[in-house]
Amino acid sequence: MAKILIFPSNSLILSDLVARFGHEPLTLMRVIRKKITEVGIDSPPINVTPEDPKKGLKYAAVDVPSGVRGRMALLDPLIEEAEAAIIVHEADYSFGCMGCARTNELVKYIVRNKDIPRLELAYPTNDDEARVFVRKIRDFCESLTHKAEVLA
Amino acid sequence: MVVLAESSPILPSELALRAYELSTDAVVKETCYGLIVTGSEQAVNETIEELRKLDPSGIFVKDRGFPPGDSRRCRAVRGGGPRPGFHQLEKESAILPSISYGLETIEDPLDVKHQKKRDKLKIDRFIEIIEEQSKEDVNG
Repeated sequence: MAKILIFPSNSLILSDLVARFGHEPLTLMRVIRKKITEVGIDSPPINVTPEDPKKGLKYAAVDVPSGVRGRMALLDPLIEEAEAAIIVHEADYSFGCMGCARTNELVKYIVRNKDIPRLELAYPTNDDEARVFVRKIRDFCESLTHKAEVLA
Repeated sequence: MVVLAESSPILPSELALRAYELSTDAVVKETCYGLIVTGSEQAVNETIEELRKLDPSGIFVKDRGFPPGDSRRCRAVRGGGPRPGFHQLEKESAILPSISYGLETIEDPLDVKHQKKRDKLKIDRFIEIIEEQSKEDVNG
């Protein structure tokens, strides 16, 4: 079972398909849940600690908008753990402010520079595209399974 | 978080009833889009596994960050406003029937149009189309 970074990181469809085809999706929701529910919250209500900006600084300089660094602090554990990645373009709901836009660009850039298998797709808009979309994700997940078997 | 595709014949209430029947340790909350299942990882996984059997290609599942009713997110406490994550859910719910169809037909061969790239339109044919269209416009 490979840990697959999905982008958009909160996608229901990607998260479901990756889990359905036998791998572990790395999602933002898991990071947030860990952050807000762990015992001994240091900084209520949502537990943003001084450690978070430091994580963000790994990826973006201090003069980059703080929103980018804040978002990167949450995405850092996902990028670190990722063994493969599925990136979906043209996700309308990932449209947002400059912090969102730059973070989206930065995450894609980092993932492309990381030496991991990667699948890039566009969101489907009809049944035919959805069939191809589902099939490509299935094939990608299966290729990772075979690779893991060969390595073992 | 369990989300039903619009094309699914199952209702959230039926999912909730099935979840209650299972009597695992998971806590279930029925919503307009499906269910929120909370509890230990094992209990949640068992519940989800059984619920999926009702409609394997029409039930979609994802993790949720905040627990249900959490005062940091709950609209009852914050005084209304859109549900955080609503826009994402709304956008993806719209294509869930297509994804569901993609899952149902995953073993079927793809249509010829996906296997073979279409030829480019020849310039002679393009001129013919323009002439036909202009004649129609003049006559019509």
